[in-house]
Amino acid sequence: MIEALQLEFMRNALVAGILVSVVCGVIGTLVVVNRIVFLAGGIAHAAYGGIGLAFFMGWPYAAGTTGVSLLAAGVMAAVTLKAKHRADAMVGVIWAVGMAVGVILLDLTPGYHVDLMSYLFGSILAVPVEDLWQMGVIGIVVILVVAWYYNDFLAMSYDDEFARLRNVPVTFLYCLLLGMIALTVVMIIRVVGLILVIALLTIPPFIAEKLTASLRAMMALSAVLSCLFTVAGLWLSYWWNLTSGATIILVAAAGFFAALLWDRLRPRAETVAARAPGNTL
Amino acid sequence: MAGSHSHKQKIQLTLKVTWLPEIIIDVSDVWFGFNGQPVLEGVNLRVERGDFLVVIGPNAGGKTTLLKLMLGLLKPTRGTVRVFGLPPARASHRIGYVPQNVHVNKSFPVSVLDVVLMGRLRTSGGWSRHSRQDRLAAQAALEKLGVWEVRDRRIGDLSGGQLQRVFIARALVSAPEVLFLDEAMASIDAQSRGEFYEALTELNRTVTIVAVSHDMMILSSHVKSVACVNRDLHYHGSGEITQEMLDAAYRCPVDLVAHGVPHRVLCRHEEKPHD
Repeated sequence: MIEALQLEFMRNALVAGILVSVVCGVIGTLVVVNRIVFLAGGIAHAAYGGIGLAFFMGWPYAAGTTGVSLLAAGVMAAVTLKAKHRADAMVGVIWAVGMAVGVILLDLTPGYHVDLMSYLFGSILAVPVEDLWQMGVIGIVVILVVAWYYNDFLAMSYDDEFARLRNVPVTFLYCLLLGMIALTVVMIIRVVGLILVIALLTIPPFIAEKLTASLRAMMALSAVLSCLFTVAGLWLSYWWNLTSGATIILVAAAGFFAALLWDRLRPRAETVAARAPGNTL
Repeated sequence: MAGSHSHKQKIQLTLKVTWLPEIIIDVSDVWFGFNGQPVLEGVNLRVERGDFLVVIGPNAGGKTTLLKLMLGLLKPTRGTVRVFGLPPARASHRIGYVPQNVHVNKSFPVSVLDVVLMGRLRTSGGWSRHSRQDRLAAQAALEKLGVWEVRDRRIGDLSGGQLQRVFIARALVSAPEVLFLDEAMASIDAQSRGEFYEALTELNRTVTIVAVSHDMMILSSHVKSVACVNRDLHYHGSGEITQEMLDAAYRCPVDLVAHGVPHRVLCRHEEKPHD
């Protein structure tokens, strides 16, 4: 690892991995407890349309992707708030159309030679320093916003009806959350790629949820786990010369199954008194 | 002399005004439907300050819907709901609410104390930090309901009865003037119910209570008025209910035994088993 860190691209990769981990810990936690993993997936795939658009128009990557994923987040917010009962189908449509538009626009881009794989599995080893600064800014903004509205997000995620009664601006917070997911997704695509965005947003919070007693702790533990997976994955990919994004995700998946197994096997201190029926947001 | 005379009159006038029953909830000609299916039709209901109203009726008869209309969580298709003379959403800081299903989100990583503190959100301005007063109020509410000891436990680790108490504490922590309870007895075992109703009666000295229930036992002694809801609403100004009301509300025969005070109401049907 030490000799690997003497290479600049490895140092950048490490910093990118840590930045992504911190943001994923915070946003992924909110995604998991609000049960909007599918929505986050939709935003991520719509963002691919943004990548296509950026190349086709000759815009910088960040501008096209951020714009399109924010637009997709806005549409999804409107759909899930207004037409709840068909929201999942609409998300599926946006998911597929965004992806297809991205592919077609890349087809139509003259002289296109960018490696498609780099956007599917990410290119953590090729993150330029300017992107690190962008990620840093997005990360700080996300953390500040969540810290400012922490108790409101907690109330909304736990019981949105009661939160509404307490004058918590639930609709505004929900739109804000989807907007932050869009920004985060753009950031993660760079590192682990489109296909694996969902894994990094859900696996660490899923493990952390069982082990923590507050949303704050869940965010912190998710960030730490995410860091572990990213660094370990990066190291393994360097050692065995594997695709880094995919390796990171496989390490996370190993953690996921280990957590499941541990949850099965550990002795239960108390049994749950009543069966809880499923909740919908 | 003339001045002091008119002053005296003024005092008498004020006294008279305070004696008038104050209507704090006014539901007038409210209609509501889901996807064209009527749930409530032409419902009228007035609740006075200090009342202990129980809303009974068959399952899917519209009890919870009526409660949510009074809370402002649902908007009527026709008619108006006023709470303290305001649209319910604008009176929400004077309302406490205990929802029907307290078992949702049991895997959520949140402590008992943090759940109760949710009841203090947005009491003062935009900043969502909890002040020292908020924490003291939460402690007082948890102590009052005898669940202060479990304040640091994860919410999912509580028993049904403890969970119910925590949710009542969350509703009371903002010192509401009116408390809405939706099937609050569902998680409480039969032995503790009497105790729970006593606590509600005690609370009713200072807080107006509107409780949705299909537990007829609540009618036994503590209740001041009853409304039966089954698409339309039948109201009885005292804690007893009449055979006609039950027949009209349930549209099926229900046995009713009422003698003297406290009243006793028995239902021939098997009570829906609580889970």
